[in-house]
Order: sequence, then C-alpha cells, then structure tokens
Amino acid sequence: MFIKQYISDVYHTVASLLKGMRTTGSYFVRPKEIITQQYPDNRAQMKLPERFRGEVVMEHDDNNEHACTGCTACELACPNATIKIVTKFDITPEGKKKKALDTFVYHLELCTMCNLCVEACPTSAIKMAQTFEHSVYDRSQLLKKLNKPGSKLRAGVE
Amino acid sequence: MYRETQIVNTQNNIPSNAEDAGFAADGGELVINVGPQHPATHGVLHLVITLQGETIQKIEPHLGYIHRSIEKMCESLSYRQFIYVTSRMDYLSAHINNHACALCIEKGLQLEIPPRAQVIRVLMGELTRIASHELWWGAMAMDLGAFTPFFYAFRERETINDIMEETCGARLTMNYMVPGGVMYDLHPNFQKRVKDFIQLFNSKIDEYDDLVTSNIIFQNRTKGVGVLSKEDAVSFGCTGPVGRGSGVQCDIRKLYPYEVYDKVQFDEIIETGGDSFSRYLVRVKELRQSIRIIEQLIDNIPEGDFQAKTKAVLKLPKGEFYSRVETARGEFGVYIVSEGGTTPYRIKFRSPGFSNLSALDHISRGCKIGDLMAIMGTLDLVIPDIDR
Repeated sequence: MFIKQYISDVYHTVASLLKGMRTTGSYFVRPKEIITQQYPDNRAQMKLPERFRGEVVMEHDDNNEHACTGCTACELACPNATIKIVTKFDITPEGKKKKALDTFVYHLELCTMCNLCVEACPTSAIKMAQTFEHSVYDRSQLLKKLNKPGSKLRAGVE
Repeated sequence: MYRETQIVNTQNNIPSNAEDAGFAADGGELVINVGPQHPATHGVLHLVITLQGETIQKIEPHLGYIHRSIEKMCESLSYRQFIYVTSRMDYLSAHINNHACALCIEKGLQLEIPPRAQVIRVLMGELTRIASHELWWGAMAMDLGAFTPFFYAFRERETINDIMEETCGARLTMNYMVPGGVMYDLHPNFQKRVKDFIQLFNSKIDEYDDLVTSNIIFQNRTKGVGVLSKEDAVSFGCTGPVGRGSGVQCDIRKLYPYEVYDKVQFDEIIETGGDSFSRYLVRVKELRQSIRIIEQLIDNIPEGDFQAKTKAVLKLPKGEFYSRVETARGEFGVYIVSEGGTTPYRIKFRSPGFSNLSALDHISRGCKIGDLMAIMGTLDLVIPDIDR
C-alpha cells in the first residue's frame, strides 16, 4: 500500500511539473506572442493616448496668444499647491485697469497629474501634455513658467 | 525602536559549538529583523521575528516607515480634492478606493448617479480587481521561487493598464472618479479593447492553472500552511479573499450591493480550508468572476450622461457618513464627519490590509520561517494601505 502511494505521488509530481514545462516551453515555438518593447530605441513609434496626463501645458497660438485670464480657478482646485498665478493690471484703451496674467508658475515636482486644474479651467487655457520623460539633474529645473514671454490674452476670451 | 539582530538567552559568553549558542532545545531564541528593506516584504514593512530554531514563535510588525498622515491631510482638502489621495493608499486598487470616497460624498449630497456612470464605475472597478489579482499572482509565485509566472501576469496586466491609460489618462493612479460620476466619457475604443482582453484572458487563465495551481511544489508549500479558522478570521476583522478563504461570507458586493452589483450575476467565492492554498484559490477563482461581470456589462452600457450636475463648491450637510466597497483586498470603508463646511471635519479610512496584517502573528506561530513567504504572499499586503 505504501509503495503504491509512493509510486502514485512520484507520477503526479512528474506529471504536474511536465504540465507547467509544456506551458512555458510552448512559447519557444510561438515567438509572435512575445511582447517585449525595446525602449528607448522605439521612441519614434511610441504613441501615447491623447488623454494621457504627463504635465500641464498652456496652449499658445501662432500670434503668441493664450486663453488664460488669470482667474486662479486652477490654483484653487489644485490639492498640492502646484500652481501659483501672478497677476498684473493692464491698462485698457479706455483707460481702465484690467486684471491680466503675469506669470503662470507651475511646480512639476509637486504635481500628481490629477487633472483637477484642467477640469476647473473655464476658458480651457491649460491642458495635459503627453510627455513623460521628466528627469532633470536639478530640482529647480522642474519649476516652470507656462506662459511664453511676451504672450498676451487672446481677444474675445473673458 | 530598531532592534539589532541578537541572540537572546545564551548561557555561555563564548559558545563552543552551535548547541551551546542556544539553537538547541534549551529555550534559546533568535530574534531577526525582516525588513524594512527586504525583497520579500514588497514594501517597507518591518517584521521582528522571534525564532526557536527554525520555528516562528512570534511576529511583531513595526509600522510607520511610509506613514504620510493621509487622514489628517484630507481634513485640509476639499471634497473634490481629497479623492486623489486615496489612490496613494492601496495603489493596486486605486480606482476602487476612489469609488468609496465618491460614494460617501454622494451619500452626503444625496446625489443621483446616472446609470451610465454607474456601469462605467463597475466595469473599471472589475478591471482594476483583475489587474490587482494578476500582480498578486505573479508576485506570490515569485516569492515561492517561480519566476516565469511574474512575466506572464505582467503581460496580461499590461493590457488592462493600456485600457486604463486610454480611457482614464493614467495607468495606476487613475483619479477617474469625481463626485457625481466619472471624469470623462468612455473612449470610443474601450468596448472593442475590453472584448479583445476578455478573449485573450480566457485562454491565459487556464495557462495560469497549469503553471502554478496544479504544480506539486506550489501545492506542498501552501497547503496546510498558515491556517486561519473562521472564528479567528471574524475576530481579527479579516475581509476579502483572506476572510473568504476561511469560510466567512464577507463580500460587500453581495452583502451591501452598491451601484449595479445587485443586477449582475456572479458568485461569491468561498473556500473553507483557511490555509494559504484556500486564499490562493479564492483569488484565482475571483478572476473568472470578474470576467463574468465584465462580460455581462460590456454590451449593456446605457446611453446618457456620465456625470451628474454638481455645484462648483461642494458642501456636505452636518452629520456623519459611511460607505464601503469591496476592493481587491477586502472591505474598504470611508467615514466622513462633516460640520457643514467645504472640508471634512474628520476622515477615517478602514483599510483591509491593516486588519489582514493583524492576523499574521496568529497564523504563522509554529510555522517554519520558510513558510512565512507563503503566508505573507497570500495575505496580499500592500504596505501604504496598512500605514496610510
């Protein structure tokens, strides 16, 4: 009885091991199912989906104009104090003072890519970009100014 | 707090041989530290293990290495803002954690969620559950010495991550939930890609069984190891696959159905063994049940809004609100005390990992130290979830 049990144990052991070996071994004859990607050599073919959240950017058109009114809705929506908006007062042609954006300060090192600022923006001035290689040598390089120098508010955006 | 590795109760100062050093049956104990930086703990968990020879006498988990004081932090964030923080607790079922927060806020606001948003939430939750169980399956097999399953698990998990990336915008910490629904509508490719995934996964899941479940070495290492009785599972508060592996009916999706879980057909997996192998079986069978839920819903996504209309600034009425969901690890609860303002007065998270860890000392007493990997693997500990 003992010997019978022993032989049965050995048989089941070998059978179960061979079953697993068959699964792994079958990939030798099915190389098409191997999915390894050769990053970073495949950078040119890599295409991230348009909703991917990499970093906050501000869109500028050809005339170097953006849609940010400096309303600070994004600053209030941000949970990590990533965004700091500095405003200035422009003088309109009628001689009135008007609040406008001076600097859009963005701390990439604090950002968690939660998308709440983009959702909060009433004029769709900011959006998420599909970049992801953010490594730099110094932390201060992650502090960004999103509005380009000399840019101004697009006409018609309130 | 940090104890050096030391030999306690040595009778001779200079041991002449191993028996004198206290390793023999004269009551000598060896205290060793596993972690906080140890490849077997999958995170910064520090275990102080008292050994008698090779037998475990006591395990003392030390926490605090990844404490970020999330509960306190939430008190200064508004109701829209604090949802994203819970992704950083149990990062493998981030979406389901966010779901619990959104449910609790909606309970306070008495919001009606559009049916489309409900179905999207459940679909995403089940995809997250599959991704989480896949990672666990690969890591568990790797702990026990099998390296290939890790790659197989990550191969299928990558498909889910791609689906998440396309619809939610991120792979792991999605932040797709907002109070009242979801952040965006589904991506046009979503249905096709999920159907492709189901087809792929149904063939691969049999491969998993061949490779690991029926493997005799794996079975011998997990059967009868770390037995948790039903009574102990209840008294330690173990939920999720750990509780169900001991025969406790604790699936929140069945007991207190939320969203559309009461309209879909699925089985609550219950194993009565209580050992590591039972907990393993529960998770592997849950993979098939999650696929079953997705198959029922993927063709029946109702049309309509994906988000209910909410005010720009949310204010919960004065009172206490609690909601709970079933994450991949067990019951996750959110308890909000509101004073009527824009931020919560107090938030308490009931995380499944903390309660499951508390059973570790009890179930591993008397086991060999080699069995500890099999026990910790099937408890499926995620350390940021335990420590918060």
